[in-house]
Amino acid sequence: MSTDTPASAPAESAAERYLAVQRSDEFAGLRRALRGFVFPMTVAFFLWYALYVILSAYARDFMGTKLFGSNINVALVFGLLQFVSTFLIAWLYSRYADRKIDPVADRIRAEIGEVTHEHGPRG
Amino acid sequence: MNTVLAAEAGSTTARNLTITLFLVFVAVTLAITIWASRQTKTATDFYAGGRSFSGFQNGMAIGGDYMSAASFLGIAGIIALYGYDGFLYSIGFLVAWLVALLLVAELLRNSGRYTMADVLAFRMRQRPVRTAAAVSTITVSIFYLLAQMVGAGALVALLLGIKPGTTFLGMDADTAKVATIIMVGALMIIYVTVGGMKGTTYVQIVKAFLLMGGALVMTLLVLAKYKFNLSSLLGDAAASSGKGSAFLEPGLRYGVEVAGNSTQTFYNKIDLLSLGIALVLGTAGLPHILIRFYTVPTAKAARKSVLWAIGIIGTFYLLTLALGFGAAALVGGKAITAQDKAGNTAAPQLAEALGIDFLGGNLGGATMLAIIAAVAFATILAVVAGLTLASSSSLAHDFYANVLKKGQASERQEVTVARVSALVIGAVSIVLSIFAQSLNVAFLVALAFAVAASGNLPAILYSLFWKRFNTSGAVWAIYGGLLAAVFLVFFSPVVSGAPTSMFPDQDWQWFPLSNPGILSIPFGFLCGWIGTVISKERNDEKYAELEVRALTGAGAH
Repeated sequence: MSTDTPASAPAESAAERYLAVQRSDEFAGLRRALRGFVFPMTVAFFLWYALYVILSAYARDFMGTKLFGSNINVALVFGLLQFVSTFLIAWLYSRYADRKIDPVADRIRAEIGEVTHEHGPRG
Repeated sequence: MNTVLAAEAGSTTARNLTITLFLVFVAVTLAITIWASRQTKTATDFYAGGRSFSGFQNGMAIGGDYMSAASFLGIAGIIALYGYDGFLYSIGFLVAWLVALLLVAELLRNSGRYTMADVLAFRMRQRPVRTAAAVSTITVSIFYLLAQMVGAGALVALLLGIKPGTTFLGMDADTAKVATIIMVGALMIIYVTVGGMKGTTYVQIVKAFLLMGGALVMTLLVLAKYKFNLSSLLGDAAASSGKGSAFLEPGLRYGVEVAGNSTQTFYNKIDLLSLGIALVLGTAGLPHILIRFYTVPTAKAARKSVLWAIGIIGTFYLLTLALGFGAAALVGGKAITAQDKAGNTAAPQLAEALGIDFLGGNLGGATMLAIIAAVAFATILAVVAGLTLASSSSLAHDFYANVLKKGQASERQEVTVARVSALVIGAVSIVLSIFAQSLNVAFLVALAFAVAASGNLPAILYSLFWKRFNTSGAVWAIYGGLLAAVFLVFFSPVVSGAPTSMFPDQDWQWFPLSNPGILSIPFGFLCGWIGTVISKERNDEKYAELEVRALTGAGAH
């Protein structure tokens, strides 16, 4: 299909090459670095958001509690905290990816370098 | 503080100014589109803007693509009428971007080329998966398009102040609605067929700046009026809503507690949870959002785009909070519902009130109203262009080139078909919108999110992260999630059996929730799993290629 090897193919086909890279320790490390951050973080923000929605549905008295003797209540602060957490996670991820993911990905990509593709996903 | 939209004295001025500003926007965007068409030579130019946009530019364009009239006018309106609950909506819309940022954007950018299906079909049999993806892309986009275009038609009569019994350029309100739908449709077809992704992107960037500028100015004026004391703004909004502190708490719009009817209360609350889940999981499955990640050169730039998008979208939703409560306090619920029952004119009415206050008199009010009305039209145009592009790309690249022509179409043929597709999809949307214009189709945006979350998202996540996933699984996930969401909504109160239904006089409703997500999303994931395990197909080599390419960017287009 997309990686059809021409007659003059190098000894190692692109498919074997990718399998070899995928099984390398370096790539396993990259996968672990990525999944180790994004999976727990996804679970965390989803639960944090779910808590907010559930409280909005079932804990109205608590959400209506006024704070600081003003019209600002728990619901508003909780909602604003969802903004804060979203901005914070985005910033943390960007910092993490710059430091831990990009350098490794760049290195592996350079190693693969010579494997070129006429077509990736067919199209 | 009872301002009537387009009060007689200012109405002609406002109307002329709105039309002038709108024409300026159209002229500028058409000029950009023609310029972009000269830069559009290859398929990559047409589908992906030559992948030449920076992270910042794409972030703004994502904002322009995403902040629809439903966000700007809809959320401000819900807050103005129901208080806190509008905020719930915007939080879902924002948090959703974390799914796109953490799980989808970069991997999709690295492994795909032009459409969502490029990633889904990467290691699968092309034809069934691409057909399913095209069906889902077009369904989601058409739902979304209909909601936007019908909304545009309804707005124009209101914003231009065409009341029942009066005419404008010889058109009564109903004719003006149809004319608006046709005009919006024609413009989006031109943007897409002529300008391709490049033209569409610039239209969205321009719109993002206009929208942010307009919202920012209005917010500052509202806050200035309350001496930057948020509490007194909230207090005033609550007082003038007549609902007191309940206005500042969840529960007036979503998850409503019906006294003496515990069953309905139970369903209402589940419905709120269901809406929340669909909002947060839908964004990363919206095809018109996903294809935006292909317009930047690298995965890192895709990440930067999402960061900018989160920044601009988050800021915008914070502003709508002030706009909504500002409209509640300064315009008042009664004056808003007198114009539009759904509250869609709250933001323009607030603009008018602020103009009267700060710029002086009816002329000031008319000016502000005209500016915000023109921004609202610009908003609609940018969003519908993005939707048309996404669906025509999928029709041409997925269905025509890879299903019909089995990958043998030339680039030129493909782009020609994409242009024709945009014309056809645009024309179909115009016709459907004209038929649907008297129906309440606002629910279609939430339905688009539910379909995206139930069908597309499971297929995308399984594709990227599950080695065993295969053709059968992808096809099951997409059709299963899509059909479940549409099926449940068809039998829900938003379609029939209630005064606010699409067909209020019919009743075939038995499913109690307006939002199907809480059932259809797990169902979509389940279908993807079942479809996968009942098929023997498994291609570890192709998964190795997909995973390595997705994570490292090797061989990326």
